[in-house]
Amino acid sequence: MLYALKIATRYLTANKAQTALLVTGVAVGVFIFIFMSALIGGLAEFILSRTVGDISHITIEAETADPALLISPEGHVLVVAERGRARTATLAEAATWLPLIEAVPGVRAVSPQITGAGFLTRGAQVSQVSVTGVEPGRESAILDLAGYMVAGDVRVGSGLIVVGRDLADDLALSVGQTLRLQSSNGVTSTLTLSGIFKTGNGGMDGARAFVSLSTARTLFSMPQGVSRIEIKLDDLNAADATALRIRALTGLDAVPWTDGAEQLMEALNAQAQTGYFLKTFALITIVIGVASALLLSTYRRRPEIGIMRAMGAGRRFVIFVFVAQGALVGLMGGIMGATLGYLALLPFPSRDAFQPGTLPMDITQGSYGLAITLTVIGAILASILPARSAARVDPVTAIGQ
Amino acid sequence: MSALLEVRDLFKTYGTGEAATRVLRGLSLGLEAGDMAALLGPSGSGKSTLLTILGTLMKPTSGSYVMLGQDMIAADDKALTDFRNAHIGFVFQFHNLLPDFTALENVIFPTAVREGRETPAARARGRDLLSRMGLADRIDFPSANLSGGQKQRVAVARALMNSPELVLADEPTGNLDRASAMQVMDLIDQINREEGTTFLISTHDEKIAAFCRRQIVVGDGIVTG
Repeated sequence: MLYALKIATRYLTANKAQTALLVTGVAVGVFIFIFMSALIGGLAEFILSRTVGDISHITIEAETADPALLISPEGHVLVVAERGRARTATLAEAATWLPLIEAVPGVRAVSPQITGAGFLTRGAQVSQVSVTGVEPGRESAILDLAGYMVAGDVRVGSGLIVVGRDLADDLALSVGQTLRLQSSNGVTSTLTLSGIFKTGNGGMDGARAFVSLSTARTLFSMPQGVSRIEIKLDDLNAADATALRIRALTGLDAVPWTDGAEQLMEALNAQAQTGYFLKTFALITIVIGVASALLLSTYRRRPEIGIMRAMGAGRRFVIFVFVAQGALVGLMGGIMGATLGYLALLPFPSRDAFQPGTLPMDITQGSYGLAITLTVIGAILASILPARSAARVDPVTAIGQ
Repeated sequence: MSALLEVRDLFKTYGTGEAATRVLRGLSLGLEAGDMAALLGPSGSGKSTLLTILGTLMKPTSGSYVMLGQDMIAADDKALTDFRNAHIGFVFQFHNLLPDFTALENVIFPTAVREGRETPAARARGRDLLSRMGLADRIDFPSANLSGGQKQRVAVARALMNSPELVLADEPTGNLDRASAMQVMDLIDQINREEGTTFLISTHDEKIAAFCRRQIVVGDGIVTG
């Protein structure tokens, strides 16, 4: 079939202007395909990074155990008066699980935490806060706290506290000042403000405080274990599968971020579907363009096809000549379109540097290989009809034309 | 000489019903290996239809056709295509070269299509044939740039490329001036004498017919002389 390929190439090069036009048409289709892939993919990336980029991708929380009912042998329920104190569920074996979880493929960071509620007091001013105790050095493992610091340091060493900007404003705090934090357990610590962050999330900036894990142990009377483990993944789309894996490995109730994020997932799916439609239309345009051009070529070359058949060229040979033309056009248009697409996407900022107000194009999601492959397959499929038409040419009629 | 082909009671009808046109009406004919035959007859007598059937490009409505011991009527399209490639050459009135190919590429087409590639041996034979046709200096010329006579000589070389037993020529000089026509016929005559290739040449031209040792006259769909 090498010879059929040579003839196909000769036919394409015989009319360079027409071939160039056809290849350009295919390239435009591929360009649109790649542009849409990069846009839809980048947009999804952007939305995800803005919505779930700073949250835990998988969370393991201690389950609160119900108080035991003491039942007498006679069947009477005995009323038990429990001492009035806050109960905090604990992942007592956390220290055992952490190395195992960290070793799971795809896990980027693990953050054991003790969380609870408390009151922040400075002078006569009091504000309710949600307190998170994290390991010093792992402050930015889940939330990029370091990236959001507007004053001071992200450090949460012993006796230090980091609060949100709005909270700091409410209490008129500045870095270096001392304040008191009383936990819901009634324990009070005097802490020094080491840093102020601003995430842009009102709830977080106005009512969140970070302290060290040891401080949190004291505040919430939890001498061992943690109340939750937050896990960050390399690929947040792998959360479901990784959560399953962690569950199987540890027996803990690992919950992926997708639980409870159905609306977001639906929106992203709808966006992806739109992208598929647009890309499909681009491919259909390519197929129609190639098919019509090759049909025209078939009609124009009917006498030549007749001569080939008279000289002993079989129907399969003729089919191959025209299918090879389609494949070559698809390949050239695919490569040209992919190159143009890549060059057009180069000026856009990378996925890590998306800025609000600009198109979040992700050059890494251009689907270049897929675009070229689908285009070649599409062009081959498009050429089958003209090729079969060419193979059916009656040599007697064609030569007489 | 041995029998190359034989057709018996060939009928060929185009169309159906009232529009049916019966072109061949029980034509029978035999050709011996090495024959140099002219096919004569008025327009519409069935000459071209006969050549087309003998060239296995079309099947008759009825009748038998045996060439080199093979039944051409029973053979399928694939078998006929392979047979045509190996045993039959064509020279058409309007040369019918592939316009985007050089003279040499046109000549070696029948071999290249059989081999699946252009072999060095095929190129050598193609060059040799073109040299014999007096076209040694036109080997790599695009066929579209050749004169009418040159194109027809390339067509003759192409017809001979696979050393076929039979060459069918339909008005091979009909589109050429007298000098070019004589040049082409001289070449055909030379090949027939030197290589024993059988030629069946359809023509209206008495001078062309005079080159042939046998005249077959077709009239009203049968051989009349």
